[in-house]
Amino acid sequence: MELFGQTVICGILLGGMYSLIAIGMTLIMGVMKIINLAHGALVMVGMYVTYLCFTYLGIDPYIGMFIAMPVLFFIGCLIQKYMINRLVEVESILPENQVLLTVGIMLVLTEGIRVFFKSDYRSVITTYSSNTVFVGDMSINVAMLIGFFFAMLFTSLLHLFLTKTDLGKSIRATSQDRDAAVYMGVNSSKITMITFGIGSALAAAGGSLLLPLFYLFPDIGHLFTAKAFIITILGGMGSTMGAAIGGMILGIAESLGATYISMGYKDVVGLVIFILVLLFLPGGFRSLVKR
Amino acid sequence: MTKRNLLMTIAFILVAVLIPVFIKAPYQMHILILVIIWAIIGTSWNLLGGYAGQVSFGHAAFFGVGAYAAGLLTFHYGISPWWGMLLGPVAAAVVSLPIGVICFRLRGPYFALAMLALGEIFRIVFLNIEAVTNGAKGILIMPEITSKMIYYYIALGALGLTLAVTYLIVNSKIGYYLVSIREDQDAATSLGIPTTLYKNLALIPSAFFTGLAGAFYTNYVAFIDPNIVFNLTNVSVMVILVVMLGGVATTWGPTVGAGIYILLGEVFRTTLGSANVLIFGVLVCVIILFVPNGIVGELSMLKQLVSRRKASVSGGI
Amino acid sequence: MSFFECKKITKKFGGLTAVSELCFEVEKGKIFGIIGPNGSGKTTVFNMVSRFFPLTDGEIYFKGKRIDQLPAHKICDIGIGRTFQVVKPLRRLTVRENIMAGAFLRTGNIGQARHKAEEIIDFCGLQKFTNIEAKSLPIPLRKRLEIARALATDPELLLLDETCAGLNPKESEAAIALIRRIRDTGVTIIIIEHIMKVMMGISDKILAINFGKEIAMGKPQEVANHPEVIKAYLGDAYA
Repeated sequence: MELFGQTVICGILLGGMYSLIAIGMTLIMGVMKIINLAHGALVMVGMYVTYLCFTYLGIDPYIGMFIAMPVLFFIGCLIQKYMINRLVEVESILPENQVLLTVGIMLVLTEGIRVFFKSDYRSVITTYSSNTVFVGDMSINVAMLIGFFFAMLFTSLLHLFLTKTDLGKSIRATSQDRDAAVYMGVNSSKITMITFGIGSALAAAGGSLLLPLFYLFPDIGHLFTAKAFIITILGGMGSTMGAAIGGMILGIAESLGATYISMGYKDVVGLVIFILVLLFLPGGFRSLVKR
Repeated sequence: MTKRNLLMTIAFILVAVLIPVFIKAPYQMHILILVIIWAIIGTSWNLLGGYAGQVSFGHAAFFGVGAYAAGLLTFHYGISPWWGMLLGPVAAAVVSLPIGVICFRLRGPYFALAMLALGEIFRIVFLNIEAVTNGAKGILIMPEITSKMIYYYIALGALGLTLAVTYLIVNSKIGYYLVSIREDQDAATSLGIPTTLYKNLALIPSAFFTGLAGAFYTNYVAFIDPNIVFNLTNVSVMVILVVMLGGVATTWGPTVGAGIYILLGEVFRTTLGSANVLIFGVLVCVIILFVPNGIVGELSMLKQLVSRRKASVSGGI
Repeated sequence: MSFFECKKITKKFGGLTAVSELCFEVEKGKIFGIIGPNGSGKTTVFNMVSRFFPLTDGEIYFKGKRIDQLPAHKICDIGIGRTFQVVKPLRRLTVRENIMAGAFLRTGNIGQARHKAEEIIDFCGLQKFTNIEAKSLPIPLRKRLEIARALATDPELLLLDETCAGLNPKESEAAIALIRRIRDTGVTIIIIEHIMKVMMGISDKILAINFGKEIAMGKPQEVANHPEVIKAYLGDAYA
């Protein structure tokens, strides 16, 4: 029973951090109606920024995160403005060329990092990273607790930003109906740029929080892209709350899968859930399916 | 087929058949064989992705199934892997049936994602059922033939078959229906086209020939493991790039794309060292932003532009 | 037995009832008009008949057979063609290829399909544009292409959705002439329009709907003078 409890709690904590990454993705998907396969690569770049701050400047990851976020915000804005936004003018037979462009961006980011850092596995070891606290008989990793706390904090802040500020409202308006928002005087190219920036910054935040728990290497991005996707589809595209809950579900499913099925099939659990949800619960993303 | 197309096809066949007379170095032959393998996968993908507009991010599943069909025959039963050239494509086509039933319930980008997930599921499952597939250790076979020239002609034959069958499909009623589905699925339905059935009619041959390429790959390279043949980036995504580079929804586009892709890849690898994939990624972005319909695709568009100008002139009189 | 009949067809989208218990019959060889203000449920009726989405309730009969259970692509097969209000050309195909895509329903042979397409191109007056890609046609021609493509499937009943909307008077006249010619070949037509003038001239019988419900049905003149119809179009003050 302790094993089960511990597995579930680990899943929730981990899921909270995953959901931060997924919220970044869902925001971008909602506003731009694009599928961003470079999202995990953005997470990875954010992790490297935090890692650099830690190794060379001795900045704690939880502070380094606040450097990584603006850096990724900037990178995200550039990507949107000079690449994805340009696709609107390109006449292509396959509408999915947008997905492919993000694959190209993913390759550039991943391989760019590999040129500088090689494929070596790196990790961040802080004084407290192996500490655990005990709840009853269950031991819980401190880094997971702190990460979960920050993830929830950012999620709430984002929620406030989207519901209370003018900029946030413009983003939500663009997400619901881009044409209508433009008629109401929303500058849609500015909004999409800022949204991509925020999405990237959230990716960086999520990555930094997970940094003490994962080995860091250039290809780790694929892992996060997959997870963010599953969560986004689970939660319904464009929904912040959905992504938060979807993150927890994936976290728990993965942790249970790893404990009770086998480590090797852990990722299959997520993928199977992904396809089942796509097929049978298309609620949140009907707009894209029935374009 | 117009007269000019026919002449070009004959010229192409002649060149392809005669190449081994002039090029004998094993390295060059190896590159040519790789080009042909990619041309087969690209041509198959193009039938489903380019003509029918169903962009699959999971063709590695069919490539891998074809490759493993050949590999497992030898590994478990000691049967010559060349029989895999029959079993592989059939196995891939059989696997494509349930995949079609599942994934064609989805449209557009969600179809692409479901295929991506399925491809990954295949990779992970093949990694984990070690009793059957030997897991990550992979399968090593002893090739019966060592002459690269023989492999070249076998591959060329497979490519010829793939191109011919695809050409026949595309230039039949099925082809018109597939393009109609790509252009507007609702309009296609309103014209009485059973869209799911026809998508499957594109998927099955597409899977079949991708499986053929996989089975040949096993015979030629003599070693496979799930991370190679079910690879998302190096198979599923690469095939899309090959087609986009060469020409979406054109007969020769994928073959041209495969040629350029393999040659460029070799040039990059030998001159740029570890940065070669980075440059490749940059190239991908440039292609999508500037020649989204591929080299052959944009060529015919240019031609059309010219002929349209003529048409409008004569229309004016 | 009537040629085409809808019995109490109803469509609900969540809490919204788009079409409510609509009944009508169409006689063979006639032009039947459905009018109503924007958002009154006209296109929904077409989407129900052509099975683009399922009925919430009711029954549809065509030549005595019940058709509201058939899959969408079968509808065209049994002889009901349709056009779309927002035209859906097969953009990268030429005019001829668009029409061939329709003709393939009745033949598997490319030569026959091409021949059929040529006939229809002549019938619809699209000769000048045979080899032009659909995406570069102006709207009036796209609407004409839409009709041509549906005709290629040899329909006995043709559903035309706002064929004249957005056309200038001259283009509109040409479209009406084409519709008359189609009727003269024996094809039955149901046409949706919210421009009264167009409908008055060509319809044999008109159904007026508002908020998904029937407000009047009968000869064009009767419907046009019906107080409910005037109210729906012009507001209470004119009724």
